[in-house]
Amino acid sequence: MSAMASLMQSKQTRLAYMLVMPAAVLILVIYILPIIIVFFVSLTDYSLVSDYYEFVGMENYEKMFSDEAFGNALVNTLIYAAIFLPAAFIVSLVLAIAIQEQKQFRSVLEVLFFLPVTSTLAAMAIVWAALMDSGQGVINHVIVSIGLEKINFLGSEDLVLFSLAIISLWSIIGFNMVLFLAGLTSIPQNLYEAAAIDGASHPIDKFFRVTWPMLGPTTMFVAVTTSITAFKLFDTVAIVTQGGPDHASEVFLYLAFLEGFEYFNMGYSSALSLFFLCIIFTFALVQAFFADRNVQY
Amino acid sequence: MSDIAISSSPTIPRWLSRLKPKSVGGAITTCILFLGAWVMVFPFIWMISSSVKPTDEVYDSDFTIIPKTFKGFENYYNVMFEQPYLMFILNSMIVCTGILAVQLLTAIPAAYALAKLKFRGSTILFGTVIACLTIPINVTSIPIYVGLVKVGLLDTYISMMFPFFISVFAIFLFRQFFKGFPDSIIQAARVDGFSEIEIILRLILPSAVPAIAAFSVFSFVAHWNDLYWPLIVVQSQDKMTATLSIMQYQSDFGTDHGRIFASATVVTMPMVIAFLFARRLFIRGITMTGVKG
Amino acid sequence: MPSGVPLIVFLTGNLGCKMAKLSLKNIKKSFGSTEVLKNISLDVEDGEFISLVGQSGCGKSTLLRIIAGLEAQDAGDILIDGAPMNGREPKDRNIAMVFQDYALYPHMSVGENMSMPLIMARLPMHARLPGIRHFTPAHRREKPGIDADVEKVAKQLRIEHLLQRKPAQLSGGQRQRVALGRALVRNPKVFLMDEPLSNLDAKLRVEVRSEITELHASSGLTFIYVTHDQTEAMTMSDRVALMQDGAFLQVGAPNDLYANPANIDVAKFIGSPEINMIKGAVTSDQVSIGNVALPIALDAPFNGAVQIGIRPEAITINGVPGLAFANQSERTIQMSFNKRLVEDLGPEVLIHGALAVEPNRSIRIRAQKSQNYGERELFASTSQLDVQIDPSSLLFFDPSGKRISSKLKIPTHNNPVELVGAA
Repeated sequence: MSAMASLMQSKQTRLAYMLVMPAAVLILVIYILPIIIVFFVSLTDYSLVSDYYEFVGMENYEKMFSDEAFGNALVNTLIYAAIFLPAAFIVSLVLAIAIQEQKQFRSVLEVLFFLPVTSTLAAMAIVWAALMDSGQGVINHVIVSIGLEKINFLGSEDLVLFSLAIISLWSIIGFNMVLFLAGLTSIPQNLYEAAAIDGASHPIDKFFRVTWPMLGPTTMFVAVTTSITAFKLFDTVAIVTQGGPDHASEVFLYLAFLEGFEYFNMGYSSALSLFFLCIIFTFALVQAFFADRNVQY
Repeated sequence: MSDIAISSSPTIPRWLSRLKPKSVGGAITTCILFLGAWVMVFPFIWMISSSVKPTDEVYDSDFTIIPKTFKGFENYYNVMFEQPYLMFILNSMIVCTGILAVQLLTAIPAAYALAKLKFRGSTILFGTVIACLTIPINVTSIPIYVGLVKVGLLDTYISMMFPFFISVFAIFLFRQFFKGFPDSIIQAARVDGFSEIEIILRLILPSAVPAIAAFSVFSFVAHWNDLYWPLIVVQSQDKMTATLSIMQYQSDFGTDHGRIFASATVVTMPMVIAFLFARRLFIRGITMTGVKG
Repeated sequence: MPSGVPLIVFLTGNLGCKMAKLSLKNIKKSFGSTEVLKNISLDVEDGEFISLVGQSGCGKSTLLRIIAGLEAQDAGDILIDGAPMNGREPKDRNIAMVFQDYALYPHMSVGENMSMPLIMARLPMHARLPGIRHFTPAHRREKPGIDADVEKVAKQLRIEHLLQRKPAQLSGGQRQRVALGRALVRNPKVFLMDEPLSNLDAKLRVEVRSEITELHASSGLTFIYVTHDQTEAMTMSDRVALMQDGAFLQVGAPNDLYANPANIDVAKFIGSPEINMIKGAVTSDQVSIGNVALPIALDAPFNGAVQIGIRPEAITINGVPGLAFANQSERTIQMSFNKRLVEDLGPEVLIHGALAVEPNRSIRIRAQKSQNYGERELFASTSQLDVQIDPSSLLFFDPSGKRISSKLKIPTHNNPVELVGAA
C-alpha cells in the first residue's frame, strides 16, 4: 500500500518536474540571470563598444546622484506623475460612477471610452502631435476660435509634460474606468438599500458611506498600477518629443534607454535600471501591504 | 376606491430616480458623457479623416471630417503596396503569434503543476514567479540585449520574441484558475483511468478556455503595441514591426501628411477592429493584468 | 454570545404611545411583462405581527420592499396611520428593515453600523462629510447623544461588548443582533423583516425565533415578517398572509389557515408534514371514498370528484401501544393501512404507507410517543394496520382546488362507518 502510494507519488513528482522544466529554465534565463548580470554590470564601466571593462564599484551610482540629466529626468517624471496621477484617478472614478448609472447607454459609452486603450499608442501619438500642433493643430484652431492665444503644447518647456500627461490620460482613462466599474459592480446592492433605509439617500452620503469605503481594494489597485504606468512613460516621448524641447520631457525610462542603447553606457544604464526597479518594487510592496490589510473585509 | 388607486401617480423615490430614464439630471449627465466620449474618439476620427486627404488639406484651418478632395485611394495604395506595410504587419503578426504560442506552451503546464501537483521546490518556484511579476522588461533589457548580440541573434524574429517567451503573469493567472478546479473531478478522472496528461488535455484545458482567451488577447495587444523592445533589437527594415515603423516613417514621409496618417490607421486599426468585434473579451483580457502595456 | 439570552423587555420606555396602522390599497407591480403583485390590499393593525409567507417568487419580498420604499409600486397606495407614503423615501416612512443577509456595512464597526441611522437623522450634511465632520459644532453636539442611544440598544441586545468589532469578526447570530440593533435605534413605527432567520443554522433559528417574538411583545411595534418557512409564520405571527403568484391565497390567524384552509394550496403549504390527499367523489348528500360512502351535508350543492385532505395527526392507528393521538375521540372511519416505513423523530413517529382504498397515494400518519411506546410492536407488526380517521377533520376540495365547506352528517361515535369491509 505505502509502496504503491510512494510509487504514485514519485510518478507524479516526475511529471511535475517535466511540466515546470521549460518554464523554470526560461525564468532563469529571462529574469534571474539578467537581474544578477544587471547588478554586476552596474558595478562596471562596461560599454558595448569595447569588450574591455573594469569594476568601478559604486561609481555609477555616485555618478547617478550627481548627474544633472538624472536629476532632470527624475524631476520631469515626478512633475509628469503629479499631473497625470490625480487626473487619471479622479476622472476615471467619476466616469465609472456616471457610466454605471446609465441604463441604456452604458455599454456604448464603455466601448467608446475604452477604445484608446486598445489602440497603438505609438501611432496615436503622432495623431496627438498633429492635433496639438502649435501652428495648425485642431486644438489650437478651437482655442483661437474662442478668442484665446495659441498654445505651444509640445514645443514649450513649461507645457510639454502637461501635454504628454493629456495624451497618457486619454490612453488610460478607459482602462482605469473599467477597473473602477468592476469594483462598483461588486458592491452589494443591498448595502445601498440598507443605507436608504438608514437615511443615507443623498448621493454624497451614498458615496462617502458606502461607495468609497467599499471601493477600498480597487482604489489601491488602481492607484498603484497607475503610478507604475506613470513611471513607465516611454512611447509618446520616444515618438513625439524625443525628450525635447531642451530635455524638458526627458523622463526617467527614456534617459535609461538613451544611456543604454544610444550611448551604450551599459554600466550606467544598468544602475539606472536598478533604480527604476526599486521604484516599481516600492509600489508593489505598498500594494501588497494594503491588500493584506484589506483582507479583513 | 379603485379610481383613487389609479389617479394617485406613484412617484419614484429620489434615490431611485436613476431607474427613471428621462430625468433632467440624468439627461445632462448622459450628454456630458457623450461629449467626453466624443473627445476620446475624436483622435481616431481625425486620423481616419486625414488619412484620406491630400497633404495640404490635413492642416487646413477649417477642418472638416469629410475631405474636400478624396485622396484615400492614393494614400492607402501607397502605404500598402509601395511601402512595405504589409510586411510590417506580417512581422507583427509573426512576432505576436510566436510569443503567444510559446507563452501558452510553457505557462499552462507549469501552472497546472504548481496548482495541482506536489513536488519539492514548488513554493520556491511560485515565490519566484510572484517576484518576477514586478520586473518589467526595461530592467532586464541590457543583459538580454547584450546576450543576443553575443550569440549573433540581433535583428531576428527570435530576438524580438525571446524576452517574452515566458510570461510569469500567465503562470500566475492560470495557476489561480486551476486552483479553483475541483480536486474531486481530477480524482474521479484518475479513478476512471485517465493519465495525468489526459487530465490536462481533456479536463483542465477545456475548462480554462475563457482564461486562455482573455490572456491571449492581453498578450497579443501588449506585444502588438510594444515599441520599446523592437526599437532595441530591430535594425533592418525587413524585420520592422508595424508599431516600430511609425517611428521611422514619421520622419521618412516627411511632409506627406495624408500618407503618415494612412499608415497610422493601418497600424492601429487591426487591434481596434478586433476590439469592436470581441469587446467583452478585450476588456477582460486587457484589464485583468492591472498594468497597462 | 451566550445562547438563549432572551431579547429583552425594553422598548416600552422610549416608544411612548405610537400608533402605526399600515394599509395597503390595491398595490400592483410588474417587472417587464411579469405581474409580480396583482392588486394587493391589506390592513395591518397597530402592534400586529403579520407574516407574509409563500414560496420564492410569490411576490412577498417585493411587497415588503414596496412597503419600505425600496421599490415603487406601479399602482395603489400605502398608508401608515392614514398618511400616504407614495413617493416618500424610505427614511421618511418611519420604518426599519432587517435584511435577509443583514446588509451590515462591512467597513464599519458594529457601533458605527448602529449609529448610521441616527447620524443621518440628526446631523446636517456638512457634519457628515469625511475630513471636516469632526470640526463641526453639530457633530460635537449630537455625537454623545448618538453614542448613548447606540450603547443603550446594544446593552439591551447584549452586544455592547462587540461595538468595536467589524461585522466579519462576528458569528451569524451576532450579526443578526447587530442588524436588529441598527433597525431598533431609529425607533421606527413599523418593523420590516425579510427572511431574517434564513442564514442561521437550525438551532439558532429556533432560538432567535422566540427572541423576535418576545421583542415584538415587549416593543408593541407593528411587525411585518417575510418568510418562506410556514413554521416560522405559524409560530410567530398574529396573522399569516399566504401569498402565491402575486396575490393573497388567504389571510388569517395561524390556526385559521391550518383548520380552515380556503383552498388546496393553503392546506398543502400550512402544516408539517404536508397534509395527506386522497381521491373521493361527492354527490348531493354523500361522499364516497373508494367504494364506501359517507353521508355529508354541503353548504352549497356540489356534484363530482373531490380531493379529500386528511392531516397526518387526524389518523389513529389501532393496536400499537404507546402511541398518543390528538383528539382521541370521534375517530370513527375505519380503514385499512399498508405500512411502508416508520421514522422515529424522538418524541413522535411518522408512519409512511398507503390506505387500502387508494394504494398508490402516499399517506403519512403522525403520532406522539407516550411512555409505554412499543417500538418493537410498531416496527415488527405486519405491514397491514387498522386505522381510524376523524371524519370532522376531513377537508374537501373541488377539482379546481377550492374548498367545499361541508359538515359530515352522521357517523358519530356510536355509529361507526366501516369503509374497508366492502372490498
